[in-house]
Amino acid sequence: MQRIKTVKDFLKMYIDGFKSMTWGKTLWVIILVKLFIMFAILKVFFFPNFLNSHFDTDSQKSDFVKQQLIKSNINQNN
Amino acid sequence: MNADVTLIDWSRAQFALTAMYHWLFVPLTLGLGVIMAIMESIYYKTGKEKWKRTAKFWMKLFGINFAIGVATGIILEFEFGTNWSNYSWFVGDIFGAPLAIEGIIAFFMEATFIAVMYFGWNKVSKGFHLSSTWLVVIGATISALWILVANAWMQNPVGMTFNPDTVRNEMTDFWALISPFAVDKFCHTVISSWLVGSAFVVGVSAYFLLKKRETEFALDSIRIAVITGTLGIVLSVITGDSSGHLIAQKQPMKLAAMEGLYDGSKGAGLTAIGILNPAKEPNDDNEAFLLDIKIPKMLSFLANRDFESFVPGVNDLINGYTKNDGTIELSTQEKMNRGKLAITALSDYSKAKEAKDETALVDAQKRLDDNFPYFGYGYFDSPEDAVPNVPLTFYAFRIMVCLAGYFFVLFIFVWIVNHRRKFEKMTWLQWVCLLSIPLAYITSQAGWIVAEVGRQPWAIQDILPVQAAVSDISASSVKTTFIIFAVLLTALFIAEVSIMVKQIKLGPAVEDELHK
Repeated sequence: MQRIKTVKDFLKMYIDGFKSMTWGKTLWVIILVKLFIMFAILKVFFFPNFLNSHFDTDSQKSDFVKQQLIKSNINQNN
Repeated sequence: MNADVTLIDWSRAQFALTAMYHWLFVPLTLGLGVIMAIMESIYYKTGKEKWKRTAKFWMKLFGINFAIGVATGIILEFEFGTNWSNYSWFVGDIFGAPLAIEGIIAFFMEATFIAVMYFGWNKVSKGFHLSSTWLVVIGATISALWILVANAWMQNPVGMTFNPDTVRNEMTDFWALISPFAVDKFCHTVISSWLVGSAFVVGVSAYFLLKKRETEFALDSIRIAVITGTLGIVLSVITGDSSGHLIAQKQPMKLAAMEGLYDGSKGAGLTAIGILNPAKEPNDDNEAFLLDIKIPKMLSFLANRDFESFVPGVNDLINGYTKNDGTIELSTQEKMNRGKLAITALSDYSKAKEAKDETALVDAQKRLDDNFPYFGYGYFDSPEDAVPNVPLTFYAFRIMVCLAGYFFVLFIFVWIVNHRRKFEKMTWLQWVCLLSIPLAYITSQAGWIVAEVGRQPWAIQDILPVQAAVSDISASSVKTTFIIFAVLLTALFIAEVSIMVKQIKLGPAVEDELHK
């Protein structure tokens, strides 16, 4: 048994650990596929940040939200 | 308020779906993590190889759950930005800090030490390995802390001030976020997750006994799990009581819904058993219950630590009432009027700013500050809008409490018969334990239903209701993504269950760690 004494040994533990996986590889495949679906598909095509995708500056965003919050009240009072 | 009800409902449904799926993974991570760390601690102390083997098996299942569940919570953050953009903008400054801390801690602690936990057997000292295992558990728990701090802030907004220029709430006191409300929420949520981990370990161990395999491993595992589970339930009762007391002070409408209490009273009784009258509406003459058995004065005591104190019901909260300290709680209609004044003041502030009218600006700011605590009420069409879904909150609370009581009895009973070495022969009880695993998840989910349905219609208590928090998007787009999430999350859940079942069937006899 080779004990870890240096940073190099520590990194080797990681590398050996990943190399010698069996069923753990299935989990990594699931993790990577999941992250790909979440960030490359869902986030990009279905979940754009609403304010970032419509406005460029914080000032525009705050103006829009302010109008949204005020408009609702004005509509109701009318 | 002229809000698209379909959009609000779909946005809420989508958030509920993803949060509930996410919460399938989290409590097992928190609960099983503690149990496997205790097992490894016993191995460290006794040096007995059987405990190392036991810990390694449960770590394997912990790894499966962790891997499949990891990052499912990020979907909720996507939804904030897309479906709840008004809300995100309104509170962004408050949420940024806790979520950033959560991300950093989760990444560094869990990612670093989880590798040592799986790859480090025989490569690092026993003490270092044990420390890594506990640090993984602590890392997961701390990351839950910051999420729960953020959630608690939504239910009890403190430590911030509203800036009408940016239309954002800005943090003024970071430590105020760690309020008693947040501490209770954290403790109750994390500790109650031990119940889920324990029920899982007891159930899976019972499976091995039913199969007449790995008897010693199963009985050892059960011994640790029932102690952890029982302790978790006892501590959950204590933290739940404390939570209930704070809810009575900060979210009295939620407490009224939890109890199906429409007309408040002094010396109010706690409903032990009750069937709600489905025809009951606020301020009508119908009876609240078709059948109920109450524990006299107990609700007053739990809410205010005083058997004779007044506990307001739904009708009192709508119509206004005199609080126990003699002050008057405004009626919901009065709060709505003040909320509308606050919103109008925000509008006036904006116009005064544009016109560079300093006097009008100061006047609008004052009106806004005076009425801001009721800002969210300004979006209601009627006082009844302030009432959450009473039946769902009421029954979810009782399901949570009854199932927690059931597990307390089950764990104690299994503890006793296991101690007397009779459990391995009690096939019926082994079946009960195995079949009880889903009930533990229902207990945990029911708790969240009480917390989240009971606080409706608020996205942020008193300040922002859900109808003002949603984005200006189409309901159909939210519907589409709801279906996508339902499919994706169901696929992940099926993957979790199938991989988990496969590894459980292989059992601890197979030296099949992540790195082998």
